Amino acid sequence: MLLRQEINKSLYGTLGAAHFALLFAIWSLLAYGQLVPASLLPTPGEVARTAVEMIRDGSLFEHALVSTFRVTSGFLLSAVIAVPLGMLMGTWKWALGFFEPMFGFIRYMPASAFIPLFILWLGLGEPEKIMVIFWGTFFQQVLMIMDVTKNVPLELIEVSYTLGARGLSVFSRVIIPASLPGIVDTLRITFGWAWTYLVVAEIVGASSGLGYAIMHAARFGHTGKIFVCILTIGLLGMITDLIFKFIYNTLFAYQRRGT
Amino acid sequence: MWPKDVKLSIQGVSKTFNGGRSSVEALKATSFDVREGEFVTILGPSGCGKSTILRIVAGLTEPTAGKVLLDGREIKGAGPDRGMVFQSYTLFPWLTVRRNIEFGLELRGVPAAERHAISEHYTELIGLKGFEEAYPVSLSGGMKQRVAIARALANDPEILLMDEPFGALDAQTRLIMQEILLKVWEESRKTILFVTHDVEEAVFLSDTVHIMTARPGQIKETVQIPLPRPRTYEMKDDPEFWRLKKYLLDLIRTESLKAV
Repeated sequence: MLLRQEINKSLYGTLGAAHFALLFAIWSLLAYGQLVPASLLPTPGEVARTAVEMIRDGSLFEHALVSTFRVTSGFLLSAVIAVPLGMLMGTWKWALGFFEPMFGFIRYMPASAFIPLFILWLGLGEPEKIMVIFWGTFFQQVLMIMDVTKNVPLELIEVSYTLGARGLSVFSRVIIPASLPGIVDTLRITFGWAWTYLVVAEIVGASSGLGYAIMHAARFGHTGKIFVCILTIGLLGMITDLIFKFIYNTLFAYQRRGT
Repeated sequence: MWPKDVKLSIQGVSKTFNGGRSSVEALKATSFDVREGEFVTILGPSGCGKSTILRIVAGLTEPTAGKVLLDGREIKGAGPDRGMVFQSYTLFPWLTVRRNIEFGLELRGVPAAERHAISEHYTELIGLKGFEEAYPVSLSGGMKQRVAIARALANDPEILLMDEPFGALDAQTRLIMQEILLKVWEESRKTILFVTHDVEEAVFLSDTVHIMTARPGQIKETVQIPLPRPRTYEMKDDPEFWRLKKYLLDLIRTESLKAV
C-alpha cells in the first residue's frame, strides 16, 4: 500500500464509525461481563440511565451551560488579544523582539500552577475561572497566530508594494486575507485546548459546571455521572470543531478547485 | 542632460550582501540605459546577480552604491510606476482573476466602471476571457503568469520588470508564453526589463541583451538583436537567429562553467 494514498470517502467514514463501535464493544464486555467491578466502570446502560436522569432534572444542561460560558469567555478574551498581537508580532520585528521571549518563557509555566495566585487576586468567582482558561490558552495561541502571519509568502507582500500598496494597505489587503485561513484553523485548535483547561479551572472553588460535577460525583462514587459529564465535554468540543470547520469551508472556498 | 528617449538609467549600481562576519559581493558596479519602449534582457547564469538588478530597480532591494533613474528622477523604494512579475506565482489566492487584475486600480481608488473596463481589456489581451470570476487555484501555471502580467499592466506602469516569469513553466508552455508576451508588448508599447537564463528566450524576445558574468555579476557584453518585428516562432529557424543564439550560448557557457 502506498503511503498517503487517497481512500474513498465511505471507507474513511466506516473506519471512524468502526473505532467508536469497537471501543463501545470493549466497554460493554468489561462492564457487563463484570471483568471490572461496577464501582469502577459503569455499564453503558447505567450511563444512559444517568444521562436521562440528568437531562430530566435539568442539571446536565445547567452544568454544560455554565462550563460553555466559562470556556467561551476565556477563549474569546484570549483570541481578542492574541489575534491582533500575534499578527503584529508576525509582521513587525520590533514587536516580535519585545513579546516573543517573554511569551515563550511563560508558555512553559503550567496554568494550573497559577490557580492559587488567581484565587488570591481575583477571589473564587467567575473571573478566576475565566482567567485560568485564558492563561492556559493565550500564550500558545498568540505564538501560533504569529507563526501563521510570519508564513505569509514574502512575494505576496513584495508584489503588493509594486502595485502601489503601502504600510496599512499591505496589512489590510494582503497580510490579513493571506493569514485568515491559518488564523481560523488556529482558533479551532486552541478552542479545543481551552476545554481541557476547564476541568482544571472548575476543580477548585466551583459550585457548578461540568468539571465541578465530575469532582462532585467522584466524591460519592457516581462513576456513571462522571462518564456522562466527560462524554458531554467531548460532544461539545466536537460540535465547536464542526462549527469552525463549517466557517472555514464557507469563508475559504477559494482554496478548492472548481469554485 | 537627460537623453530624450532614455526611460531607465542604471548608474554604477552594486550590491554586497552582509551576513554577519561574511559578506557576499553579488553585483559589481553596473551601468546601462533602457530606452523608451525597448525590450531589454539581462541574461546570465544562476546566482549572477541578475535578479538583484531587477529588485533594485523595483525598489525591493537597496543598492550598496549607485542609483537608478526613471524618467530622470531617482527612485526611492518600491512604487506602482515599476510593475513587476515574479518567477513564483504571486496571484492573491483569495481574489478572482478580475479582482487580481484590478488590485492596483482599487488601491488608487479608480471607480468601479473604469476598473472593469481596464481589467476586461487586459483579460482579453492575455486570452483569458471567460475566466474573470475564477480563483487562482483553478488556473494552470501559464494562466497564472498571464494574469500576473495583466495585473502589472493594468496599473499602467512606466516600465515592466520581469524576473524569470516563465522559469517555473514547462518547455511547451514557455514558448507559447513568449509569443503571448510579445503580442502584449507590441500592443501596449511598454518598456520591459526582463531577466532570464534561457538564451533562446533572450534572443527571441529582446532588442538588447546584456550578458552577465558569474558572481560577482557584471555586464560582460551587450548584444543587439536586429531581428525584424513582429517576431514569430518560425523565426527561430532563421540562420540569423541561430547565429545570435550560438554567439550568446558561447558567451554564457564560459560563465556557467565558472558558476558550476
